[in-house]
Amino acid sequence: MYYTYAITGLIVLISFITSRKKTLKAVKISIGKFIKIFPAFLTMLIFVSFILFLFPDEIISNYLGHSSKSISVFLASLFGSITIMPGFIAFPLSGILLTKGVPYMVLSAFTTTLMMVGILTYPIEKEYFGTKVTIIRNIISFFIALAVAVMTGIFFGEIF
Amino acid sequence: MKRNTKIKIAYISGYTLFLIVSFIFRFNPGREIGYNFISFLVYMLKILPCAFILIGLFEVWVKKEVIEKHLGEESGIRGYMWAMLLAGTIAGGLLVAFPIAYSMYNKGAKLSVIFTYIGAAAICRVPMTMFEASFMGVKFTAIRLLVSLPLVIVTSILLGNYLGKRNYKMVEGK
Repeated sequence: MYYTYAITGLIVLISFITSRKKTLKAVKISIGKFIKIFPAFLTMLIFVSFILFLFPDEIISNYLGHSSKSISVFLASLFGSITIMPGFIAFPLSGILLTKGVPYMVLSAFTTTLMMVGILTYPIEKEYFGTKVTIIRNIISFFIALAVAVMTGIFFGEIF
Repeated sequence: MKRNTKIKIAYISGYTLFLIVSFIFRFNPGREIGYNFISFLVYMLKILPCAFILIGLFEVWVKKEVIEKHLGEESGIRGYMWAMLLAGTIAGGLLVAFPIAYSMYNKGAKLSVIFTYIGAAAICRVPMTMFEASFMGVKFTAIRLLVSLPLVIVTSILLGNYLGKRNYKMVEGK
């Protein structure tokens, strides 16, 4: 995080030294773009706040340990699609679940849908791509995540 | 005022009212939802300013010809390599990738490269991947990358071609 700021700061500085006018124009563009998309971000945050309330980590953890693997993979991919979780929470959580005996393929379905499928980021994605393409992209991503989960299951010997 | 804007104002004020009432009357579910909102807002406000500043600089400094050459219709296989490399270095995942992809598109990057970029930004950011491998093991991460990346590229090309035939354009003026 800090080095993102450091690098951004450095780039802004170089830009500013090279051309003050262009840098100011860039900042104006940044602010304009941010303001235009901000209502979509607010909408997303409202959804996120409800979904995180309805599906806290503990509930997700409980359901992923279901006895049937196919049901667990299915539930995991649904949870991964409807929630948002930064990587620094999702992977430690998955690590803990792994030690509790949750299969690799279930965690793979969970983390991959978490990363690729964004039902909650829909308000933002559709602002740029339009409704139809957003839906298509998310459906494709969901199936890619399922494919990843199945391959993970095969390579870890959890399916056959 | 447009109808959409009115709806937005209505539910955002409804939501705000709900939070205020919850906090006054100590309604616990409402308070928890409020805390979720704030913690995610803070998380986003940490990442987004950097992302949008860089997007602004990108718009001003990077010439259209450069993007067209390396990520545009003539870029061939190198376009996809660039998309993955660029995606590997960003922080913040899809939320940050969407506005960046949008700017690249407007500078002349082709659709299949844009979709590859978004897919790769979701699954193969370098810091996140290393973090993942440390918790889940290298084998887990390797399987995930080796299965998902080719699928992302293939589906991006298919989707790009499909949309190209239908004269699809990204939403203007964002």
